[in-house]
Amino acid sequence: MGQGSRARILIGKAGLDGHDRGVKIVARALRDAGFEVIYTGLHNTPEAIVETALQEDVDALGLSILSGAHNYIFPEVIRLLEERGMGGVTVFGGGIIPKEDVEYLKTKGVKAIFEPGASTDEIINWVRENVVPKAL
Amino acid sequence: MSVDESVTERLRKARDDWEKEYDSTGKRDADYTTISGMEVPPLLTPLDLNNFDYDGKLGFPGSYPYTRGIHSTMYRGRLWTMRQFAGFGTPEDTNRRFKYLMEHGQTGLSTAFDMPTLMGYDSDHERSRGEVGKEGVSVSSLADMEVLFDGIDLEKVTTSMTINCSASIIFAMYLVMAEKKGVSWRKLRGTLQNDMLKEFIAQREWISPPEPSVKLTVDIIEFCAEEVPQWHPVSVSGYHIREAGSTAVQELAFTLADGIAYVEEGVKRGLEVDDFAPRLSFFFNVHNDFLEEIAKYRAARRMWAKIMRGRFGAKSPKSLMLKTHAQTAGASLTAQQPINNVARVTIQALAAVLGGTQSLHTNSMDETLALPTEESVTVALRTQQIIAEESGIANTIDPFGGSYLMESLTDRIEKEAFDYINKIDEMGGIFRAIETGYPQKEIADAAYKYQRELDTGLKTIVGVNKYNTEGEVTIPTLKIEEMVETGQIEKLRELKRKRNNKAVRERLSDIVTAARSGENLMPSIINAVREYATLGEICDIFREVYGVYRDPGYF
Repeated sequence: MGQGSRARILIGKAGLDGHDRGVKIVARALRDAGFEVIYTGLHNTPEAIVETALQEDVDALGLSILSGAHNYIFPEVIRLLEERGMGGVTVFGGGIIPKEDVEYLKTKGVKAIFEPGASTDEIINWVRENVVPKAL
Repeated sequence: MSVDESVTERLRKARDDWEKEYDSTGKRDADYTTISGMEVPPLLTPLDLNNFDYDGKLGFPGSYPYTRGIHSTMYRGRLWTMRQFAGFGTPEDTNRRFKYLMEHGQTGLSTAFDMPTLMGYDSDHERSRGEVGKEGVSVSSLADMEVLFDGIDLEKVTTSMTINCSASIIFAMYLVMAEKKGVSWRKLRGTLQNDMLKEFIAQREWISPPEPSVKLTVDIIEFCAEEVPQWHPVSVSGYHIREAGSTAVQELAFTLADGIAYVEEGVKRGLEVDDFAPRLSFFFNVHNDFLEEIAKYRAARRMWAKIMRGRFGAKSPKSLMLKTHAQTAGASLTAQQPINNVARVTIQALAAVLGGTQSLHTNSMDETLALPTEESVTVALRTQQIIAEESGIANTIDPFGGSYLMESLTDRIEKEAFDYINKIDEMGGIFRAIETGYPQKEIADAAYKYQRELDTGLKTIVGVNKYNTEGEVTIPTLKIEEMVETGQIEKLRELKRKRNNKAVRERLSDIVTAARSGENLMPSIINAVREYATLGEICDIFREVYGVYRDPGYF
């Protein structure tokens, strides 16, 4: 993969929960797999996440939520992305998210939700197949 | 040659014969390390514990160095406290769950608060959107606390509260609630988690930077020493360190390093070590690797006794005893084939009991999907009752004591954990180590290594990377309705209209004055919550006076 074709991915924690074991593993695995990864750190508002996505001009945004606030945060982030003209950013995520909520979030524009037990290879392969870096 | 020497000689020869046989025989192609990556030998014999110093290493239960347990009678005197962590939705919801658990034989309460309460925001704050009552119970004011413990006899029950950066406020609410029920503070028994150092290392719920955060922790230690003498003001916690992905040794080492720092801070405050150390308690994880976990609990007690005596000159036996709560490992549960989690929890709970814990929470099989349902929490509680009353292991004290492998593992874990503690000392202590990100990085590295071991199949999780089945088994899970949030917001707004707002403003301004002067904040916080000042209002003062900590965000 050439330098110019590396997808830029923002990995984010939104909301108040501090569970960052999984998100840091995913960020590291994606970086090791050759993607450009930016990690927001903990406790961000949807506004702050979207602002970072805009500043960093990312191709994809992966959110980790283990606080039960996913049905609020994902749709809010997607709404703000669209409002700021970034509707093309691929949104995916993971965390403690019940099956029926996964279906709901997909109708709201989340492209994939990785559940507990997902392997890093599964996530890397999905990103390779579904995230298209912007042409330079 | 003496008789002993000839016996040893015979044994050595027999061992060599066995070894030859072992080396020349095929073995399963499996990983023979613990979940933390520690090599485990195939067999140990008396030769490996040559000159074992029974007195120095084990002693007797209830005596230094407490390896075999902190009480002379252990579970013959009293079983461990069965304490299920519970909290969700409104204070009314959680109050019902508390009563349900007690009716089913639970012997202590343990409160889980929601993320806004843990992070110091009221339910009506913008940052609380979508989170109210989701991961625990929502408590913004004394009014919520009064409902939470309605109809519960505070003189009879011990209450544990998992609360950290806002612990001073929640504790103040508990004290005022008790006072209004006519229960003397001197009779209250329970535990506040109140361990801010592990927040920066692992659990990651904070308001202000480490130093002012720990200042509040020590305020509570000092206040309890004088006013609430039967309370445990801190539960030094390894649980979250392990959940964040550490090894067993790291969990033990970083937790004891945090404990050392609290004792140092208490002494700096002018307290006598034996006046507050007896009230410190601990909280460890109990994971899947059965033998490693039992060894970890035994090593923890021995290490703390040595630290308290050697480093701090503590004299009271109670200062030397490491009392601990245990919780089965949340991160070990699988969303796939969730009923298998009952087996995992059973193995973990057995290890905690064989490790000599004082209280235990067993996770429910559905906790990797949501907060537990009443049915699943009942199975978890029944698991403890089966261990206590059917398995027979509570009949005797430290049954693994003297096992060649157990003693050797206990020694190794102790040694490796002390190596970490020495390294942290060389760095200038745990505050400095946290500042440089050292424990955080060690844990993240261990977590990443373990994940890679799962991804490559070196380590197994049944139902996840091996023995997967087509077609998911689904179990019912608990849903928290969105009405909880709107209801809590409405209640809070009404409270803010009805209370004496002039008195609230005055009491809040007293906290500001106390915070700026550096004095103990507990008295002024208690006075403010008595007037129904809210958790968020008081945490706003912390944010203003002490500043806000931001996650450095390394990965």
